[in-house]
Amino acid sequence: MEDSLLPKFEFYEQCINGYITKSRYPMSHVQLINEIEKETTTLNLGPTHPATHGVFQNILEVDGERIVSASPTIGYIHRAFEKLAEHRPFYQITPITDRLNYCSSPINNIGWHMTVEKLLGLETPKRVDYMRIIIMELARISDHLICNSILGVDTGAFTGFLYVMQEREKIYEIYEEICGARLTTNIGRIGGFERDFNEKSIAKIEAFLIRFPTVWKEFEALFNRNRIFMDRTIGVGAISAERALNYGFTGPNLRAAGVDYDVRVMNPYCSYEEFDFEIPIGQHGDTYDRFMVLNEEIWQSLRIIEQALAKMKKEPAGVYHADAPGIYLPKKEEVYNNMEALIYHFKIIMGEIDAPVGEVYHSVEGANGELGFYLISDGGRTPYRLHFRRPCFIYYQAYPEMVTGGLISDAIVTMSSLNVIAGELDA
Amino acid sequence: MQISNAQIIEKLLATFGSDIIKCEEPYGFLTITADKSKNIDILKFLWNDSDLKFKFMTDLCGVHYPETSQLCVVYHLHSLVKNIRLRLKFYVNVSDPHILTATSIFESANWQERETFDFYGIIFDGHPDLRRILNVDEMEVFPLRKEYPLEDPNRVDKKDYFFGR
Repeated sequence: MEDSLLPKFEFYEQCINGYITKSRYPMSHVQLINEIEKETTTLNLGPTHPATHGVFQNILEVDGERIVSASPTIGYIHRAFEKLAEHRPFYQITPITDRLNYCSSPINNIGWHMTVEKLLGLETPKRVDYMRIIIMELARISDHLICNSILGVDTGAFTGFLYVMQEREKIYEIYEEICGARLTTNIGRIGGFERDFNEKSIAKIEAFLIRFPTVWKEFEALFNRNRIFMDRTIGVGAISAERALNYGFTGPNLRAAGVDYDVRVMNPYCSYEEFDFEIPIGQHGDTYDRFMVLNEEIWQSLRIIEQALAKMKKEPAGVYHADAPGIYLPKKEEVYNNMEALIYHFKIIMGEIDAPVGEVYHSVEGANGELGFYLISDGGRTPYRLHFRRPCFIYYQAYPEMVTGGLISDAIVTMSSLNVIAGELDA
Repeated sequence: MQISNAQIIEKLLATFGSDIIKCEEPYGFLTITADKSKNIDILKFLWNDSDLKFKFMTDLCGVHYPETSQLCVVYHLHSLVKNIRLRLKFYVNVSDPHILTATSIFESANWQERETFDFYGIIFDGHPDLRRILNVDEMEVFPLRKEYPLEDPNRVDKKDYFFGR
């Protein structure tokens, strides 16, 4: 009687870790236990790990500290930009591009403006080109500065980061002076800029050009030949030039592997062909080379800004947009006093610009690679299809290959130096 | 020696003949439309040809054309040696969205094909791991196809006739 009330267990004899044990769980459960006690460990790196700087998840299979395999999961901050873009007039897509690589949003903005200008067949004045180059190179500096200083933080050196962060602030102040915004800038318009650089902004750029080199020299002195930093980065997360090309690497990461591909030189846009600058390349494609390539690019960007500023001053003052009524928004006082301006204003705001049927691909050298815009227009007020070639989405797939066989701490450093930006990765 | 677009077209026509459906140059960008069954052959030919060396795939994406119920797979190739760019287009039917994968040639095709599958439902035969990549795994639709509205379709205040369109 008593016996039947008790739950009936079936006992299995099993061998776990060399001990014969009696278990009331069936074999499948024991297998699960064995799985837990297997030799490698599954480790979730992310999605919100402080060392990954963004929403990245990597499921690592680790043997002690060694990574046996890695599988990234992406898409945590996917915001359907390509679908959104199909429902917006051209000028309303600029704020979307801000949110791709938000460390260098002016490059995205201007790249998009140039794509539309290419579609519309719009020529911009030289002065606008130089203004754009100044902004884009400032954005490149601010992006590289963050990438390199965060790499320092990940290797345990916080000072450099805090020190150069001040200078990013200066760059943001320049943006602020020009467009009013700081991070998601929405800078410029299709056809040029919303307003001219005022005296204050030019003074700020000049002050930046004087002060920044000393700061950056000091930063380099902290890191470039630092024994600890070199030990942490040399030979870490290396990729060969051949593999990098096959993986679709572009930008500094490809150049660190030794391929001198730069869109600014290969397919010059925005009058880059007039400028004198060098493309730094690395040899090994490891973290240290990437760091050094970014460092050198900052110096080259400074050179370009200096030249662009000098060239801009030679051009007739006050020209800051293309003469393109119907595409470029007229001034407010004209809108209130002039019939044509009012009509154009209304048409542009409603997105009724006369876009031709056609398809264009335009790419710019973004801060972390070739940022491409593939735009198909069917003549409507919105793009029929807009595809962003997002550099880090393409090269991040090489990450498992780059970290396998290394240590967990190397994986952190590698991701940091790859300059993967979550907003661009997930679109 | 720089190769002109006409020479590239000539080479492709000589090898693939009637499989090349259309050659055009919108905004100076050579665009080749070809039969979908030949996509890998054409990519391999462009890779191997000693004059062209299209060994870098810049971009891969999909486009949906509901009027003809077709999906288009667009490859952007770049020959870094010659510095020429090329766009390849392959149309597949929505009812049979199969095309061969390019992952055996370009590693970079892996995620881009997953993305194209994710948004357009184009199935890349032979892909090692064709799963959704940016959207959730449970999603049942292919959101970038034109029939899926961005906003609530019952909303009337944004209809075109309110704006005289």
